[in-house]
Amino acid sequence: VADTTLTRELTQNPLKKIWVPSSTNGLPERHISQRKVCMTNCPTLIVTVGLPARGKTYISKKLTRYLNWIDVPTKEFNVGQYRRECVKIYKSFEFFRPDNEEGLKIRKQCALAALNDVRQFLTDEGGQVAVFDATNTTRERRETILRFAEQNGFKVFFVESVCEDPDVIAENIVQVKLGCPDYTHCNTEDAVADFMKRIKCYENSYQPLDEELDRDLSFIKIIDVGRRYLVNRVQDHIQSRIVYYLMNIHITPRSIYLCRHGESDLNIKGRIGGDSGLSARGKEFAKALGQFIQSQNIRDLKVWTSQMKRTIQTAEALGVPYEQWKALNEIDAGVCEELMYEEIQQKYPLEFALRDQDKYRYRYPKGESYEDLVQRLEPVIMELERQENVLVICHQAVMRCLLAYFLDKTAEELPYLKCALHTVLKLTPMAYGCKVESVCLNVDAVNTHRDRPSVRFTNTHPLSMSVSLVLVKQASPPVIA
Amino acid sequence: MPRELTQNRIQKIWIPSKDDKPSMPRTCPHLANSPTVIVMVGLPARGKTYISRKLTRYLNWIGIPTKVFNVGEYRREAVKHYSSYDFFKSDNEDAVKIRQQCALAALRDVKTYLTEEEGQVAVFDATNTTRERRDMILEFGSVNGFKIFFIESVCDDPNVIACNILEVKVSCPDYQDCNKTDAMEDFKKRIECYRMNYQPLDPDQYDKNLSFIKVIDVGRRFLVNRIQDHIQSRIVYYLMNIHVQPRSIYLCRHGESQHNLQGRLGGDSGLSTRGRKFAGALAKFVKEQNLKDLKVWTSQLRRSIQTAEALNVPYEQWKALNEIDGGVCEEMTYEEVRERFPDEFALRDQDKYYYRYPSGESYQDLVQRVEPVIMELERQENVLVICHQAVMRCLLAYFLDKSADEMPYLKCPLHTVLKLTPVAYGCKVESISLNVEAVNTHRDRPDDVKRGPSTLIRRNSVTPLTSPEPNKKPRIEGLDDTIIREVTPTQLTLCTASHTTLALSTQVIVFLMMMSQQ
Repeated sequence: VADTTLTRELTQNPLKKIWVPSSTNGLPERHISQRKVCMTNCPTLIVTVGLPARGKTYISKKLTRYLNWIDVPTKEFNVGQYRRECVKIYKSFEFFRPDNEEGLKIRKQCALAALNDVRQFLTDEGGQVAVFDATNTTRERRETILRFAEQNGFKVFFVESVCEDPDVIAENIVQVKLGCPDYTHCNTEDAVADFMKRIKCYENSYQPLDEELDRDLSFIKIIDVGRRYLVNRVQDHIQSRIVYYLMNIHITPRSIYLCRHGESDLNIKGRIGGDSGLSARGKEFAKALGQFIQSQNIRDLKVWTSQMKRTIQTAEALGVPYEQWKALNEIDAGVCEELMYEEIQQKYPLEFALRDQDKYRYRYPKGESYEDLVQRLEPVIMELERQENVLVICHQAVMRCLLAYFLDKTAEELPYLKCALHTVLKLTPMAYGCKVESVCLNVDAVNTHRDRPSVRFTNTHPLSMSVSLVLVKQASPPVIA
Repeated sequence: MPRELTQNRIQKIWIPSKDDKPSMPRTCPHLANSPTVIVMVGLPARGKTYISRKLTRYLNWIGIPTKVFNVGEYRREAVKHYSSYDFFKSDNEDAVKIRQQCALAALRDVKTYLTEEEGQVAVFDATNTTRERRDMILEFGSVNGFKIFFIESVCDDPNVIACNILEVKVSCPDYQDCNKTDAMEDFKKRIECYRMNYQPLDPDQYDKNLSFIKVIDVGRRFLVNRIQDHIQSRIVYYLMNIHVQPRSIYLCRHGESQHNLQGRLGGDSGLSTRGRKFAGALAKFVKEQNLKDLKVWTSQLRRSIQTAEALNVPYEQWKALNEIDGGVCEEMTYEEVRERFPDEFALRDQDKYYYRYPSGESYQDLVQRVEPVIMELERQENVLVICHQAVMRCLLAYFLDKSADEMPYLKCPLHTVLKLTPVAYGCKVESISLNVEAVNTHRDRPDDVKRGPSTLIRRNSVTPLTSPEPNKKPRIEGLDDTIIREVTPTQLTLCTASHTTLALSTQVIVFLMMMSQQ
């Protein structure tokens, strides 16, 4: 008979509702971990490779944004920026000439400085992935990086972008190079001419990743903006996710429209969750939304809703086909479903306080947290990346999560993003980011937003939560906007 | 005027009531798109059938009706007795004709499946090594409005090839009268027949506009060209995550819980005394298995974590492995459910796969929730998953290719470990009871309920299917007229009369009498 007394006791962390073994010294046990994307202890160094204007920085920034959103601490290190710090004024492409010894020296130093910061981020600052964004076009440079990684115990994954389409390159230059600090005092023609010469400086010494010579390296070669990919030796889960992400993104111009369902009956009563229908004003909004969509004259618009009545009712008013996603359902408030905030504060004062303490990680009893939502929404984001024009009719917490992805908001900011009823956000990818237009459809609705409270705990370590009172700013009752 | 909505009683999906056509609940890629024909490419023994069947199993499990069409099987129907590799020589005119007819017959069945039988994906499993053959298929796709996606497997590692031949060729019907050595020799010559005319996919010139993935050296490298849509993207992702390393997956439930004892469903109770005893027995069992690098996964519910704790090894908690959410029925006994929600109780028995608890989940929801777990299980090697009844049924249905109809009735008793080991084209299952008593939580399909979901639900939604049996009748026209060469004495010597009973046979692998419903 096995000795059953040796099993450690479990306690449930009050914030995240995770069961953890309680040990004698009060410190978190090593044996358990919540499933995270990056389960290895080995940080990863992503290294971009490619001539200028091949989208390396675009990919670096986008990938960094995605990884941070799925809770993998990631940071990009752009060597060009280090160079701009070092060489205050950019004169011309001559700096990049392969025979410019002074230039070479500075550029090498900048690369090393960036690598040093990479080491610090991955080793001392809890970083999990670092994106080393530079041309890295010579085998010699890549060897240096591989040695650096080996010394520090980092895995290396190369992302090479290869493109010879002159239209794509010209468009890149116009989108992101002309406006960059190097060319602030140039006119367009001169800037373009200079940049083309800059590219030339790299071309002669460019040694692309090779199927044979580099067969032991882990990499993805992206050819012609995603027409073709060569993937070599994917080592682990995170590299597999990165490859999948890179293969799903595109740069075709399009817009994503995000909005919530029309005002619902429960909204009016100030109750959270549930599955109620639209109020009269909510129906008005649905109609206005239909008119708005028509006026936008959008090509091939896809419409997505959740499986809750209020979003579907909203979509019905558009008179177009729509797809229901269970993954877009509002955050599950568990035992607090259909309660008012005042009732929650009365019935579950501790829960109420905990939520204000760390709204992102707080999980409702028998419900979900924003952190859970992000995990649930990841396939939606992946499909949004694949699609072109899409209207997503969802819910407050869900919309905050999606918005945080597109606008690169932190976990701290996410639960407090303003997503008002009866307002459509139009997101259009632009340069390295996203343009946002907020369109209020002029139909009154209650305000369901609660600001971050002004007084909070200082000690926020989730595992050593002390149960004392927290002064929390009272949520104001729903206000007719 | 916006249409009124009513909530479908089984799935709890809101649909417009006037119209018969509900908007499709998004559980899988958009179905209105053109069907897809996946075309395998590669020399024999490169894993084409392995990939075909595994991929088909995955697609069916996530709800995309998929079927394999293996031309070799059509050929075996047409040519009752395989004599030798001579059949595959490119100058064997009669054989060439037969092989062509088999391919055409298979394509005809592909067309029927995709246009008349609600199939979404057909996997055309053959060597397809010449441009001529592939052009013919592309034409076929174009004429019928099917998307074409090629999967080529390229491998020149002699060890891998020899291993493949031993695992699946030597025991196939072609070689049932041969000993291993002879079979191996003949098969190698068979490969040579193809090699001379093999025209691999050429991404740079000839095939640059085709959509395909080239799998090189069993997944060491991939070349992916022109992915057209969501399903192709998912297929590529899946192919990049699977591997052929030998390993085992252990599935079990948490130890018996307090709620189990009371006959209550759901909740988050702790282990009973017997449950703790099981946890200890599990620890002993795991030790005895002497595995290298075992990963242990649990849900985030207390009972599975308590079970893992007894193993005294690191484990990871997955929220995705939590038991099915019983919604308003959480923590009730089945009797209480029957009393308080008699309609719901009846509806669940009517269609247990699609039935969603009010404010809860269905098995269909579970499949979607658990898919990332499956993907990661494919990436991993030895894993022990300590989960729950409904979740375990979902996982098991994936590994054992069970349909949506069967899934909710798979037997997953407490205190029993299932050890799954991939073998040949399927999965070997060993059921190990750890000899600790527990309540029985299994409810059989009620007798008065007819099998299969009702038509109302089936329309516009997808049913995970068991990968359909390959068509047995090739329906090859005019084959009676074809002269099939009689076996001549010289050819016979290649296959001696002495039988060697082989340990593995593709038929034997698909077990599970114990798993089927009553």
